[in-house]
Amino acid sequence: MQRTISFTLNGKPARVTVDEERMLLWVLRGDLGLTGAKFGCGTADCGACTVIVNNEAVRSCSTPVKDIAGKRVLTIEGLGQDGKLHPIQEAFVKHHAFQCGFCTPGMVLNAYALLLKNPRPGPEEIVRSMDGNLCRCGSHNRIVAAIAEASDGMKGVTR
Amino acid sequence: MKPTRRDFLATGTGLFVFCQAGPLDAQQPAPAARRPSYPTDFNAYLRIGADGRVACFVGKVDMGQGEMTALAQCLADELDVAYDTVDMLMGNTELCPWDGGTGSSNCIQAFSLILRRAAAEARAVLLQMAAEQLQAPVERLKVDAGVVTDPAQNKRISYTEMVQGKRIERHLGNVPLKSAADFRLIGRAQPWKGAADVVTGRTKYTGDISVPGMLCARILRPPAHGATLKSVDTSAAEKAGARVVRADGLIAVLDERRDVADAALRLVKAEYDPPPEGPNDRTIYDHLVKTAPPATLVGQKGDPAEGEKLAAQIVEETYLNAYVAHAPIETHSAVAAFEDGKVTIWASSQSPFQVRQLVAEGLGVSQESVRVITPMVGGGFGGKGLTIRSSAWQAHEAALLARAAGKPVQVVWDRAEEFFYTNFRPAAVVKIRSGLSGEGKIVSWLYQVWGAGNRDAISVYDIPNQRTTSAGGWTEGANPPGMHPFGVGPWRGPSANTNTFARESHLDVLAAKAGVDPVEFRLNHLTDPPLRRVLETAATKFGWKPNKAPGGRGVGMACGTYKNESRMATMVEVAVDKRTGHVQVKHVVCVMDLGLAANPEGCQRQLEGGIVMGLGYTLSEEIHFNGGAIRERSFDDYPIPRFSWAPKIETIVLDNPTAPPLGCGEPPVITVGALIANAIFDAIGVRLRQLPMTPERVRAAVQGA
Repeated sequence: MQRTISFTLNGKPARVTVDEERMLLWVLRGDLGLTGAKFGCGTADCGACTVIVNNEAVRSCSTPVKDIAGKRVLTIEGLGQDGKLHPIQEAFVKHHAFQCGFCTPGMVLNAYALLLKNPRPGPEEIVRSMDGNLCRCGSHNRIVAAIAEASDGMKGVTR
Repeated sequence: MKPTRRDFLATGTGLFVFCQAGPLDAQQPAPAARRPSYPTDFNAYLRIGADGRVACFVGKVDMGQGEMTALAQCLADELDVAYDTVDMLMGNTELCPWDGGTGSSNCIQAFSLILRRAAAEARAVLLQMAAEQLQAPVERLKVDAGVVTDPAQNKRISYTEMVQGKRIERHLGNVPLKSAADFRLIGRAQPWKGAADVVTGRTKYTGDISVPGMLCARILRPPAHGATLKSVDTSAAEKAGARVVRADGLIAVLDERRDVADAALRLVKAEYDPPPEGPNDRTIYDHLVKTAPPATLVGQKGDPAEGEKLAAQIVEETYLNAYVAHAPIETHSAVAAFEDGKVTIWASSQSPFQVRQLVAEGLGVSQESVRVITPMVGGGFGGKGLTIRSSAWQAHEAALLARAAGKPVQVVWDRAEEFFYTNFRPAAVVKIRSGLSGEGKIVSWLYQVWGAGNRDAISVYDIPNQRTTSAGGWTEGANPPGMHPFGVGPWRGPSANTNTFARESHLDVLAAKAGVDPVEFRLNHLTDPPLRRVLETAATKFGWKPNKAPGGRGVGMACGTYKNESRMATMVEVAVDKRTGHVQVKHVVCVMDLGLAANPEGCQRQLEGGIVMGLGYTLSEEIHFNGGAIRERSFDDYPIPRFSWAPKIETIVLDNPTAPPLGCGEPPVITVGALIANAIFDAIGVRLRQLPMTPERVRAAVQGA
């Protein structure tokens, strides 16, 4: 059903008039031109499409757009502010926690959701929380190291 | 006869002229070479802009290996400009010099030297120009960060001032490359070009390209390779508003919105005739041996039959590995847009120039009317195109559909298409018949491989009597029709990952029979100095304690060579749960000699990545099929390594700056199969000879032991 859906996107009010059953990923990428969230599988198996909805990491490929009505959506484009990288992004750069980078936006946002819940996770909790996000290049250990480092710098930089 | 530029250069005068090339912003570098070879004119590779920046043009592609960082280092070092003034432009067939494709770990090994030669010549020409302008002998000049100084006169002139954004029309022959002692950037880690764009989502991949009027295409696919379309009914899709386009056997639904096209494709009703019966994932190994072309001799030394006469025991084993998929997180993607009789293709590809040829042939047009642009590639691993046509098929599809639709078309394969059409690593069979003497020496070695190919099939060990043959392989045309039920091709470290699994497993089998520690057993058969050096370094780093296997500790090791050039030794500790069959890899040490490492940190990342990726083909990844029908359609069906699988990894890239560079993108993946198999044997005394070593296979082996 075609419907106008209002929500907050990266801190600003947003409105789309679309079939409410369409998945958020395609509305973000196609209708709103935000291509940071990636299509990796379309079946919620890889996490490349991860975005934040009301402080929770969700798989946008499998989240109907009706589910975000009235909610706060954060995509990778909105994580840094005033042209500055977020501490998680800084840590990913410092630890070189990527190779091809295709899974990186999803990794960064999944890590963000983790650190919102637990600002000081141990390595095991980081691994457990990130395990559903796939990286084919094998940057896993560097991503864990980056998240551990970012956990010390998260204060006051939630979005 | 009109004088050519080469004639002009041949006069060898001190004159130089600038041709009327536009500024860099107009993106008008040297025309790309038409014949397939690297241009000799250094202008094809670099431009010194009027703004002080240096543009570097390469036909290579970055898919995560860090080529653009390492190549920028190479250029900046030889040219003597600041690293952060270099802008890399990759994989554009109109702007970049021809390239044969990014693969075989050749980028640094071969291409970095071509690029360095271009930069070294440009630097020498610029110094000569500076000498004339400053009226100083060349020998007296110093150059740093693109500024030439004559200390005697205290005068200076920059590259930018001399070149003024134009093309440099002077050439010099035989300019030597810098020696290792003079490197400023090569051999030192530099910041990744574009890292901030990657972490902020600004990096554009092919699927992120959008052109006005673009339609997303979803293509009707058969249920199995070899199935033929019997009937198709697109009326429901059309009734729902989708546009249906047919072109050269493709039936596609198109919509501006990808997900709407997805939904429309589900409304297309199609019936297929099944393909003739073929092998399945259990019968494939017999099938390969039966259907392979005649074996070719890869190498022979002495006579294995004579060697066997010296043997106290003959040890014969067969090793198997499954078809595996590349499974990059970015699926094959392309956009095709026609304008003024010319088509522009954006493609996630390892070989833009081969895509140009493929698309031109598919459309029946000249290569001049096809332009290919390669944005950042979201992982390739051999699956996105070298010589194998199917590996860039999405670009061909996009081009045909764009022409038929009269609109720009995007084709982004979904995950099931990726698991169906990737050019799989071939399933393979290796049989080794070996003779072990009473003194614990390998005296004969008969090595036969079917399906994988001959790369690194020849043993690096000192075995007096050995014979190696290979039948079929991953290269195009290596296999008769019907041998493989679907397309195969290069998969990171092609041939070598199969051959290393078989050889290094068998070395451990023999070491156990001889009752000798696996490291000692290898050293007893090794004179190759670099391989001895990496093995001894790995043993020290790992803290290897000599013991004959099985020692109940779960430690294992494997050596490797890649393209018979780079050398590596890997050691591991694993924990095996005999009840569940689960193998947890705890700690890996990998030592590698890859010659000159342009960016040692980049090499370490490749080593780490290769080891983690290797856990997949070793422990979980396998394509199941029945004839041409493939079972795996998602990451749920096809488990790839996750965070919880990643062991502690320590890598050492041996400092070897005076040696020529060798590749490092592929080699680290090749030892992982044998490494883990050997550690499992050490842990529980059970030998697994088939990859992947899934929990089911480990349990079955435990029960069979």
